[in-house]
Amino acid sequence: MFGYILRRLLQAIPVFFGTTLLIYFMVFAMPGDPIVALFGERGVNEAVAAQLRERYHLDQPFIVQYFIYIGGIFRGDFGVSFSGQPVSEILASTFPVTLRLATIALAIEMVIGIAIGLISGLRKGKFFDSSTLVVSLVIISLPIFVIAFVAQLVVGIQLGWVRPTVSGGAPWNELILPGIVLATVSVAYIIRLTRESVIETRGQDFVRTAYSKGLTSGRIVRVHILRNSLIPVVTFLAVDFGVLMVGATVTEGIFNIPGVGRTLYQAIVRGEGPTVVSFVTVMVLVYLVVNLLTDLLYAALDPRIRYGK
Amino acid sequence: MASNANHYVAPLDETPLAEVDSVNISAQASNLWLDAWRDMRRRPMFYISGALILLIVLVALFPGWFTQVPPNDNCLLVNSNGAPVAGHPLGFTKQGCDVYSRIIHGTSTSLSVGIIVTLLTAGLGVLFGAFAGFYGRWLDAVLSRVGDIFFAIPYILAAVVIMSVFSANRNIVVLSLAIGLFAWPSTARVLRAEILRVKNSDFVMASTAIGVSNFKILMRHVLPNSIAPVIVITTLSLAAAIVAEATLSFLGVGLPPTFMSWGNDINAAQSDLRNAPQTLIYPSLALTITALSFIMMGEVLRDALDPKARARR
Repeated sequence: MFGYILRRLLQAIPVFFGTTLLIYFMVFAMPGDPIVALFGERGVNEAVAAQLRERYHLDQPFIVQYFIYIGGIFRGDFGVSFSGQPVSEILASTFPVTLRLATIALAIEMVIGIAIGLISGLRKGKFFDSSTLVVSLVIISLPIFVIAFVAQLVVGIQLGWVRPTVSGGAPWNELILPGIVLATVSVAYIIRLTRESVIETRGQDFVRTAYSKGLTSGRIVRVHILRNSLIPVVTFLAVDFGVLMVGATVTEGIFNIPGVGRTLYQAIVRGEGPTVVSFVTVMVLVYLVVNLLTDLLYAALDPRIRYGK
Repeated sequence: MASNANHYVAPLDETPLAEVDSVNISAQASNLWLDAWRDMRRRPMFYISGALILLIVLVALFPGWFTQVPPNDNCLLVNSNGAPVAGHPLGFTKQGCDVYSRIIHGTSTSLSVGIIVTLLTAGLGVLFGAFAGFYGRWLDAVLSRVGDIFFAIPYILAAVVIMSVFSANRNIVVLSLAIGLFAWPSTARVLRAEILRVKNSDFVMASTAIGVSNFKILMRHVLPNSIAPVIVITTLSLAAAIVAEATLSFLGVGLPPTFMSWGNDINAAQSDLRNAPQTLIYPSLALTITALSFIMMGEVLRDALDPKARARR
């Protein structure tokens, strides 16, 4: 187990430097001189410009600038947004809201996805299973912003059950509809993955043994089938975390939820390049950490992973 | 050999040897592709998605066959957000343009982006996946780490950054590159895993034994036998690319408003969701149906090409 953790951590190092270098390079390639842009239409004061360049290390070569930036990340300094507010400050105020939204979405997709997937898998080929497959295909085809707009239109405006947009404090109850919308992105995949996994597990020898021992089918499903089927679902959730972040950006933008996603959404819509890059970097780092943690969890859940290779 | 003792040998009197060895000469020849084709033809989903894809391609190539109304000219502000009237079955946009005509003329944008991204992801994915899987060792280590780096940045977020950098020259090719440049690692991973499985087959060893060069083995034997999952994931990625284009255009970092694209129309319609939902719903519907038809086709292909998936059906 220790060897596996060490190997996995070592693998994460080049990926961390690679992704940050890649993003940083894209910013570096951005056309236009940011210092000149700061002066606006007044004309550039060379002395001030030189001083600013020195302060922001813009007079250094690319690779030096990159390492100064990386050093900042390790100290929790993710740069400054377009309006001059530190990104870390914005993150501190918006993150709790996004966490609330993501918790609701994850809870919904886990409970519904695993429950429907399990029933489908146990009733393979029956009516419930085949209709679930068709519905899941349709849900997969629906882009998140379409689902969000339709939910807003039908539930928020036409039926008037909830406010079409979320109010300032983003209380839990107002986040339920956006949470459902965000959950639809992945729930269909979870259903299908659980179903496939259950069908595969159901055919294993240990399940047949459990039946021949005379265990009740409820216990076999809960203890032997479900538990062994959930391992691929756990990995999927980590890979899918990237989709969830993009989904949260769109959902928070449409429902006006004051979270990390809406900040990125507004920066994108307003064309504030540097803010977009800072937030994308933060999201990519979170994604890397989540994937690292899941791989470790995966190894803890399934001994074949840590002893294999 | 000692291990023979454990083997089950059929008693001769029960199963005549001649019968075990007999080959049904009149049986139809079969291989993976023929089997898959036979399996697909039995499924209604294949015909539905095939017909839809054909229709979408025709609409993209010959929009004039489907509408005579110009999508951009003759837009009258009198008709702004107007309800459907004769000749304009889906109503009007905020600018007073015909919704139906704009959807028809926007099809080629979505399809072009989808096709360019798919070619790019399939090309890069096959290149990286094949070399990493077949040659292994240090080349695998290097190529797989490069893939990990691109995989770690969700491709829509990457495209957002790239499109923000290239805000001055946004067009179909730049947008497709922005999406495709970060979408290929999943194809590469799938192909690599499949090649690792295939390259230990007996027929590969036989080719090595008769002195076929490594590169020729890869091209002639290993790649054709491991390409099936790539075809499936490529069909699915076409749908994903079309949705990605619409998402980016919806966010305002896709194609400039002068391009006719479903994402742009949805973006323009979002502020009028309350009083003119049709301007948003119909382009969304077109987008969803297009994505659905490619996803259904991918599903049919996957079931047909993967015997394990067939068993799960």
